[in-house]
Amino acid sequence: MELISQHAKKIMEGCKERARDAGLSFQDESLEYIVTNRDLLQLSPKMMIPTLYDYWVQDVEVLKEQGRYELYPNNPYETVINTRPPISYYNDNNPDWLNVMIFYHVIGHIDFFQNNIFFRHTREYDFTGRALSDKRLFAKLRSEKGRWVDYIIEFSRAVDNLVGYFDVLAGLEKTASSGVEAMIDYYFDVFLQKNKKAITRYVREIELYNKMVHDDPVEAERRFLDSVKSRHPEFESLYDKSRKEKKPREGIDVLRFLMEYSPFLNREDNRWMLTVLEVIRSTSLYFQPQIRTKIMNEGWASYWHEKLFLGDDRIGGHEVEYALVNAKVTSMPRVGLNPYALGMRLFDYLEEKAEKGKISFDYNRIEDKYRRRHYDRKTGRGKEFIFSIRENSADSMFINSFIDQEFVDRHRLFVAGKRLNKERMTWQYYVKSRRAEDYRQMVSDSLYHPPLVKVSVDADGTLILNHVFEGKPLVREYIDATLMGLEFLWGGKVCLYTSEPVPVKTEAEQEGAARTERPKQEISWKRFRYTMSGRKLVREPIEVHGQRE
Amino acid sequence: MNPLRALYDNLKQRGLTPEQQRVIEFELRLAEQNGDGFAAHAPIEAPRGPGLAGWNDLALMDDGSPSSLIPLSALNTLDALLERDKQREEDGFPRKIRVGRMMKPGRDGSDKVVVVPSTVEEKLIHDQVKAQEDGEGEGEDEGGTGEGEEGEIIGEQPVRQEQGPGDSGAGQGEGGAHELESNAYDLGRILTEQFKLPNLKDKGKKRSLTRYTYDLTDKNRGFGQILDKKATLRRILQTNIGLGRISGQERVDPLDLMIAPRDRVYRILSREKDYESQAVVFFVRDYSGSMSGKPTELIVSQHVLIYSWLAYQYQNQVMTRFILHDTEAREVVSFHTYANLRVAGGTQVASAYRLVNKLVERENLQQDYNIYVFHGTDGDDWDTKGEETLPELRKMLRYAARVGITIAENGYGVSGKSEVERYVRKSGLLDERNDLLRLDVMSKDSNEGRVIEGIKHLIS
Repeated sequence: MELISQHAKKIMEGCKERARDAGLSFQDESLEYIVTNRDLLQLSPKMMIPTLYDYWVQDVEVLKEQGRYELYPNNPYETVINTRPPISYYNDNNPDWLNVMIFYHVIGHIDFFQNNIFFRHTREYDFTGRALSDKRLFAKLRSEKGRWVDYIIEFSRAVDNLVGYFDVLAGLEKTASSGVEAMIDYYFDVFLQKNKKAITRYVREIELYNKMVHDDPVEAERRFLDSVKSRHPEFESLYDKSRKEKKPREGIDVLRFLMEYSPFLNREDNRWMLTVLEVIRSTSLYFQPQIRTKIMNEGWASYWHEKLFLGDDRIGGHEVEYALVNAKVTSMPRVGLNPYALGMRLFDYLEEKAEKGKISFDYNRIEDKYRRRHYDRKTGRGKEFIFSIRENSADSMFINSFIDQEFVDRHRLFVAGKRLNKERMTWQYYVKSRRAEDYRQMVSDSLYHPPLVKVSVDADGTLILNHVFEGKPLVREYIDATLMGLEFLWGGKVCLYTSEPVPVKTEAEQEGAARTERPKQEISWKRFRYTMSGRKLVREPIEVHGQRE
Repeated sequence: MNPLRALYDNLKQRGLTPEQQRVIEFELRLAEQNGDGFAAHAPIEAPRGPGLAGWNDLALMDDGSPSSLIPLSALNTLDALLERDKQREEDGFPRKIRVGRMMKPGRDGSDKVVVVPSTVEEKLIHDQVKAQEDGEGEGEDEGGTGEGEEGEIIGEQPVRQEQGPGDSGAGQGEGGAHELESNAYDLGRILTEQFKLPNLKDKGKKRSLTRYTYDLTDKNRGFGQILDKKATLRRILQTNIGLGRISGQERVDPLDLMIAPRDRVYRILSREKDYESQAVVFFVRDYSGSMSGKPTELIVSQHVLIYSWLAYQYQNQVMTRFILHDTEAREVVSFHTYANLRVAGGTQVASAYRLVNKLVERENLQQDYNIYVFHGTDGDDWDTKGEETLPELRKMLRYAARVGITIAENGYGVSGKSEVERYVRKSGLLDERNDLLRLDVMSKDSNEGRVIEGIKHLIS
């Protein structure tokens, strides 16, 4: 890997200026590297983070990569990674006009990384730097503990998709969990509401608190608490009790739970494992927003590379070549879901709607088609609106709030179904639905969505995982290995509760009948318990329907 | 009348249990279902788009996305990875690296097969609800854009070509045969520590089965690496007799002997062929309707492993023959065809054995070759008592160095009760000819480790 030439860097800086003028915001520094195919082969199993820790699976991935290579010449690669400064990768033989286009695209991504709130937890530090120290940490641990480090990595990675990403984001907003503030929170949120039902009293207390803060901002909270304590002598002991009760806390993810409560990991000679778990967890958290904003991120970058490229005075004469590449990136495929194209069209659409004031109650009340079409309030607030969306949304919100029938009709979108035609032995593609709800549902189904697993301990020290049912089963083949790892990290028995579909036998299911003649099978959902004990997995149905708390 | 039906009626007259009738009728129906019985009842994976993560900047914009570069740098870690996997087992965790995994073919027709180590990182993730295992044939929905009324068909894509690559087969585009060979070779290298052909016998006409060895076998007069004292002395005596310096009666005084330079006989280093007996290996596979899905996958992957191992260990010096059978048996030329072809017909194991016997007899193979037969089936046989099969099998055992039968159960019948297994066990051949005949039964959901175990059993 080497840095791009001074010439190209100069072009990049020019692009940054123009992007800033257009309203994008991002930090000044950025690093651009030329990568060869060979670099890419090494980078892709490390998710394009050059300093990511080493792990043997990456070697197998590389070996498999060779295989995948022979099959699928194009693999998923990021061009730009969310670090400080952001790093982006380029081919060394791109013509200038193409670089300009890519630079704008990259700037779109950087702007997105640095402004979208779903990336908020990644802003405080440079991930490549942290990854490098993690990598060195692992190397050091390996020299002491040998292959056991890799086992711990493996077992932690087995649950690294269950990290409490949204909890972490929410945590950034939360007030302190101890001290004066926490006591006040407890007073208002729990104490007052539990003991006294009178709302007037609650309001009076709020007013008292506000008045004290107004009079003496510095000492107010402490003085308020003193007055509470004098009026309610039992307050302090109740507060202490509530803090103790909370352990073990609800709503923390599996890895955190293990780190805090696993008797095995907290043994003196196993404490080094905690650092491994922490690295795996924070690495996973770093990657979480990436996949959850794919449509928006690519859409936003495509929107801007188009806007800015066409307005760039330096690349006149290359419009046709640009159009070819751009069409490849942003055209809607006849069948398939191109996040670039979909995201870009949706941003375009929303900008136009906001510009005309169509994102309003008034507009939504109009039913007359003609009036809807010609509705235009000339608000001039289109840009502002899409900037706020890029700041505050993730893919699921973006899709579910903004894909409406008008959008689907305008771009003639449809849900494409596939069915097998047995006479011709072909897969037939057909237009399944042109309804916006169906289209939204189809896109939503393709979004990243890890299962929700609640974790707790039961009376005899068994780790209980409760998979909250969302209409989908877990991949059964993977349960064994995952639970085996968890058993190791927990140091004892592990139970997983999950729901699985069970086929309902129908009369038509006649013995010996060729199977095509069967009608569609009905399924019913049943709750199962998987118990991992002594590296042996047992699966058993449980009768009581409903979730175990 | 349909010949299969006729055969069935014939069999019925001789008496069949309801269970056997059920299986046969099932296969019959598949066979009559318009050709590709495989599709009729096996879940076919619908073609899928690249998915959201499949679209990426480098591929779309920099169109110099990675070309067909092969990462040589990673290859030398293969052994280390396998070593690590062995260690895992010792530490009490199941092995994680799978070798010999066949990748699925691409959709653009340039199907290729590669044999690479791979692994999967198991996690708790959501699965699709498989409403019906048998694949009524509905793919996952995708996005689309453009013209077309709801319900209108906008295009179609063939499920597979005639010899289409399936989920288990070794799909391979044209001119791809070489690649299978070279990859199989790598795989063989991994397996070779574990296997060896059993019962190799001296069969007269020999050919090198292994590599050259270097040995001090050749003699040379005048110079060389090691003096061959005995041969030299003999030479010297000859010379001196010729010169008349030694006569019959007198005592020979060694000090008196004349030594010519060329009398010195040396041994020199030379390349030697290591001769071993030749072998021919028959791969026999059942490709009837009931085999579809998992059994085929298991049998094919087992045969790929054996084939790869032979290719490596014996440097392609072992002759391989490929035979497929349903009610009829046929020989196919390449391993590729062997691994991929499937039909839906009935099952008659006897037909395959008969063909093997015929080939051996016609080409007089037993005289010069050690003969190995590996047969993979799901255990169904219309010839339920083995009336035709067993005589053929006995005949085969007369010349074969090893017959290995693998039964991958299809899960339709009762485990451990398939026809082939029953009649082979009943015949007593397994005990009688224990050195020559091996039977291995594995269940439908065996993994690759089990397949390798199976091979060990067959050739031990």
